[in-house]
Amino acid sequence: MMSRVLLLTAAAWWFTGAAAQQIREIDREGIVQLSRLSNDTTYVINFWATWCSPCVKEIGYFETLHRKYAGDKVQVVLVSLDFPNQVNRRVIPFLEEKKITAPVRLVTELDYNSWIDQVDPAWSGALPATLILHKDKRIFMEKELTENELFEHVEQILN
Amino acid sequence: MKRRLTTTLMILMAALMVHAEVKPGDDAISFSLKNVDGSTVSLSDYSDQKGVILVFTCNPCPFAKAYEQRIIQLDHKFAEQGFPVVAINPNDPELSPEDSYESMKARAAEREYPFPYLKDETQEIYKAYGATRTPHIFLLKNDGGEFKVAYVGAIDDNAMDASSVSQRYLEKAIGAIMSGESIEPAYTKAVGCTIKSKA
Repeated sequence: MMSRVLLLTAAAWWFTGAAAQQIREIDREGIVQLSRLSNDTTYVINFWATWCSPCVKEIGYFETLHRKYAGDKVQVVLVSLDFPNQVNRRVIPFLEEKKITAPVRLVTELDYNSWIDQVDPAWSGALPATLILHKDKRIFMEKELTENELFEHVEQILN
Repeated sequence: MKRRLTTTLMILMAALMVHAEVKPGDDAISFSLKNVDGSTVSLSDYSDQKGVILVFTCNPCPFAKAYEQRIIQLDHKFAEQGFPVVAINPNDPELSPEDSYESMKARAAEREYPFPYLKDETQEIYKAYGATRTPHIFLLKNDGGEFKVAYVGAIDDNAMDASSVSQRYLEKAIGAIMSGESIEPAYTKAVGCTIKSKA
């Protein structure tokens, strides 16, 4: 009986979680911590913005990745560099339109220079940029990815 | 064999050049580009100035828009002190129609740009400087008739809100040149829109 209730609760949580997009804020410290994660989980961190056309083109691949590997120790995080005053007007409608369920973090530290090098010293600051982390492995790419490229990188790191 | 080696070397050099960015201390790269008023503007036209605030920027990018007024103010403030603004639009209009020469003319007229707004038609100049985003600043300093790169990076530390800025990197660099001090920092990074190019 108890386990059935738990199962129902878990199912309800999963469904509501999948339906509604929750944007959380991330500050400098949060970005630095995120970029240094090193454990059994594979983190796929994509830096993007609604105004960046190559980002908009590739964001669906990250969502596919998020859905395909749900529960498989792959965690996709979409870090938005949209201006915080554009969230209601641009970011939320965009995520709803694209049916994005992967977690989204909104950068609140606008002094980019204070954290860009912490993500990767090779990053010039142009978007999109993607960081893949798994244990001591680390891949950083400052470019638009194809779906194949993204999946190949993740599968390579998983195997 | 020798030819193959030369070819390989040339390809390697070309690949390196694409990613190279001029650094503070390097010689500035001269240019001669078409302005929105139909005239041609060259870096050498500014040889009687103390320096040039070279800005790679564009019409539609939200960061360029957020900085547009600040770039106009920079020219108002520093042109008379010997550091005028020269703006270059590096985007390929086939990929970004809002950056066509006609759209640039319209934008410059509407916002009353006090500085030249040049089209990098062949996209060679932004590549030579190694600009990667808009807006991207290259502050040039007149060093006995030759321009040298003095500062590369962002205008300040808050793109969204001019009133929340705490570090004015570019103004600080100009101040350091005028007072003969060393520029610190001479290089910053910043987020911006990628420059639109087919190659």
